[in-house]
Amino acid sequence: MTRLARTMRIVALAALLGTGTVATAPAGDAARQYFPLPTFRVGAYASSGIPVWAGTIDYLRYINEVEGGINGVKLFWDECETEWAVEKGVECYERVKGGRDGSPVPLFLPHGDPVSKALTEKSVADKIPLVTTGYGRTEAIDGRVFPYSFTVLFSFWSEASSAINYIAEQVGGKDRLKGLKIATVYHDSPYGKETQIPLDLLAKTYGFENIQIAVPHPGNDQSAQWARIRQIKPDWVFLRGWGVMTPVAIKTAAKTGFPVDHIIGGIWSGSEEDVRPAGSVGKGYRAITPFPAGQDFEILKKIKAAIVDKGLSDLKDPKSFGSVYYNSGVIEAIIAVEAIRTAQGRFGRKPIDGAQGQWGLEHLVLDEPRLKALGAEGLVQPLRLSVKDHEGGGAGKVLQWDGTQWAAVSHGWVKSDRDLLLPRIYERAAAYAREKGITPRGEETAEAIAR
Amino acid sequence: MPPAAAALDGRALAATSTPAGSPIRAAGILAALAIAAVAVPVVADDYWYNAILIPFLIMALAGLGLNLTMGFAGQASLGTGAFMAVGAYATYNLLLRVPVLPLPFSLLGGGLIAGLVGLVVGLPSLRIRGFYLVAPTLAAQFLIAWTFNQVGWFSNYATSSAISAPHLALLGRDLSSPAGRYALTLASVVVVTAVAWRLVRSRTGRDWRAVRDGETAAAIIGVPVSRAKLSAFFVGAAVSGVAGALWAFAYLGTVDARSFDLDRSFQAMFIIIVGGLGSLSGSFLGAAFIVLTPILLSHLSGTILGTGLDGGQIANLQRVVFGALIIGFLIKEPNGLAALLGSLVDRLRRLAHRPDPLGED
Repeated sequence: MTRLARTMRIVALAALLGTGTVATAPAGDAARQYFPLPTFRVGAYASSGIPVWAGTIDYLRYINEVEGGINGVKLFWDECETEWAVEKGVECYERVKGGRDGSPVPLFLPHGDPVSKALTEKSVADKIPLVTTGYGRTEAIDGRVFPYSFTVLFSFWSEASSAINYIAEQVGGKDRLKGLKIATVYHDSPYGKETQIPLDLLAKTYGFENIQIAVPHPGNDQSAQWARIRQIKPDWVFLRGWGVMTPVAIKTAAKTGFPVDHIIGGIWSGSEEDVRPAGSVGKGYRAITPFPAGQDFEILKKIKAAIVDKGLSDLKDPKSFGSVYYNSGVIEAIIAVEAIRTAQGRFGRKPIDGAQGQWGLEHLVLDEPRLKALGAEGLVQPLRLSVKDHEGGGAGKVLQWDGTQWAAVSHGWVKSDRDLLLPRIYERAAAYAREKGITPRGEETAEAIAR
Repeated sequence: MPPAAAALDGRALAATSTPAGSPIRAAGILAALAIAAVAVPVVADDYWYNAILIPFLIMALAGLGLNLTMGFAGQASLGTGAFMAVGAYATYNLLLRVPVLPLPFSLLGGGLIAGLVGLVVGLPSLRIRGFYLVAPTLAAQFLIAWTFNQVGWFSNYATSSAISAPHLALLGRDLSSPAGRYALTLASVVVVTAVAWRLVRSRTGRDWRAVRDGETAAAIIGVPVSRAKLSAFFVGAAVSGVAGALWAFAYLGTVDARSFDLDRSFQAMFIIIVGGLGSLSGSFLGAAFIVLTPILLSHLSGTILGTGLDGGQIANLQRVVFGALIIGFLIKEPNGLAALLGSLVDRLRRLAHRPDPLGED
C-alpha cells in the first residue's frame, strides 16, 4: 500500500469515528492473489468500459465461487477509476503496483492505448507485465526488446492481415486478390495509422490496390470520404473506426450506395455499440475481431448459471451478456488467470509477483484441448506465447450483423500472415531498441533469470 | 518613462501583487523550496513521485505559462496544449538529432521553439481583442496536433507517431529513476519560476499589465502594445513548451499528440482561473487543486465507501464533489485560491500585529 493510501485511510478512519459507520476492509489473507482492475465506468468510453469490466469481474467471481480460486488461491481485486485518461491510468498503476494485503501484482490490464504506452518503461522498471489484448504497440510482440509488454491475441498488424485473408477467403484464394481495390477508411490518429505499413506490404505481396482514406476525429460527418469511395468504387472497404465514427460510416455508406456487406470493420469497429446506432442499414455489416460475441460458449453458460442467474454479476444491463465487449472482458480474464496458473506451476501455489507473471505469460499455452477443458473453445483462439512472441495467436473471427446480433461467418479463426509480418516487426523492435539504448535480452537469459 | 506611465505601472503593480519583499512571503517560499528539495526525497516513494509530485509540478508550470500570457498580459489563449506539444516534439528532436546538446539545453531549445510558435500564434492578437482571440489559438491547437500526427519526421517515423524519451542523463548521472525525474522537474520549475518572477516585475511585466488593464490607455501613454502582446505570447508559450517536454519525458515517458489535446488547454485554463489570474503562486495553488483533488477524493471514497458500492456511481459522485468544490471556492473568492490565501495571510498578520496601527505596509 502506498503512503498516501495509508494516510488517507487514517484520515478517513478518524472521520468515520464520528459517524459510527465502519468500512469493511477484506480480512488479510496471505494466500489470496491480488488482481487490480483499472476500470473506466465514467467518461467518454464508459459505454464500452462497463460491459468489458463486467466480463472480467464475472469470470474472476466464477473462478472464486465455482473453482475455489486458481489451484486454491482465491483472487481478490479492487477498482481504480481511470476515465480512460492517461494521467489517471498512471496514477492507478502507481497506486496498485506495490500489491495489497501481502499479495504482489501478477499483471496489469492498462486498457487503453495511450496509457499502455506511458507505462511501457515503468512496467519494465517495476517488473509488472502489461497485457494489452487487441490494442497496444505492435512491436511489443518482440519480448526481447519489450520484456513486460504483451500484445496478446491480435495486434493491429495481424488485424490488417487477417482482414485481407478473409477477403481472399471470400473471393476464392489469395491469388485472386490481384487487381482488387481495397480501401481502408481509418480514424486519423496514431491508432488509425497503425495498419498503413502492413497493408502497404501486403498490397505489394498480393498485388491488390491499397487505398487509404483518413477520417478526422471524431468522424461525425463523412460525406466527403464516402463520396470519394463512390468515385473509386473499391471492391472492399476495411473500416478502422473509433467511437462515433463507425455508425456514421455505416450510415453514410448506405446513403451513398456502397454495399454495407462489403465493409469489414476492425477490432474497435466491431461491437454491438458500434452497429446498433446505425439502425436497420447496418444489416450485413461485417467486422473482424478476436472477441467473438455469443452466449453459447461453454464457459459463458457456466458463468450464466453460477454468477448471472444467482444475481452475482457485475453487469447492470443483462442484454450485454455475451456481447463483444462483455466477452472481451471474459477473454482477458481467462488469459490472465491461465498465465497465473502457468506461473503457479513453476513457482508454487501461492500469490505470484510480476516477474513470475511474466514467466507465466511467456510460457502460456492454450491449445485446443486446454481451451476445450476451459470451455473457451471458439471464444479464445489457440495461443502459444514465448519470449520472441508476445502475441501468441494473431487470428480473428469475422462476425456479421443480422440486424439484432452478431453471427460468426468466417471459417473458424482467420489467421494472419505472421511469417510475412514478423520479420518486419522484429526490425522495428530492433530500431526501437537502438533508439532507446536497450540491449535485447536473449531467450536463454530470460529463462536463466526466472531460475 | 513619462510620469503617466510610471503612475499607471505603479497602480497596476499595486493592484496585482501583494508586497514582493514581505518577509512572511519570502519565508514561505523558502520553506516550500526546502521541503520540495530536501524533505521530499527523504520520504517520497514511487507513488508520490510518479502520480502526484511530477504531474502537479508540470501542470503548475503549464499554468504558469498560460498565466503569463492570459493572467498578466490579458491575452486569452486556448493554445497551451499545442505549445506543450511543440515543446515536447522539439525537445525530442533536439535530443535525437543533436545528441551533443546536454539535456538542459535541449529543454531550453524546446522551450524557445515553442516560444517562436507561440509568437506566430499570437500575431492575430495585434488585430483581435478579448475573447475573440481564443479562436485563432484554438485553430493552432488543432493544426499543431494534426501536424505532429501527419508528418512522420517529427516522431522519427514511429508507427503510431508517438515519441519516447531517449535515455535521460545529465553530467553522467542517470535521471530515469522516479527521484531523478523529480529532480529534473523541480529544477526546471524553480528556474523557470524564478525567471518569470523577475520578468513580471520588470519593464516587460509592467507593460503586460498595462496592456491588460487598458489597451488604449497603455497605447496613449507610450507602452509598446504590439511588443508587449507578442512577448507575452512568446514567453508564455516557451514556459508551456518546457512543461510539455517535461510532461513527455519526465512524467509519461512516451506520448503522442493526444496527450496535448484541447482538454489539456482547458485544464491549464481552469488551473489559473481557480488558482488566480495574474498570480504566480496562483498557478501552483490551482494546479494543486485541479490535479490533486480528484486523486484525494478517489482515495477518500475508496476508504469511506469501501468496495460495496458500484464503481461507476462512486466515480460519478467524486466528480460531483469536485465540481461543487470548484463552485464553492469561486463563490468564496472569485479571484482564485491565491487571493484566498492572500487574505488569509493578511488576517493572520493583522492578528500578529494588532497593536501596530500602521500595519506591515
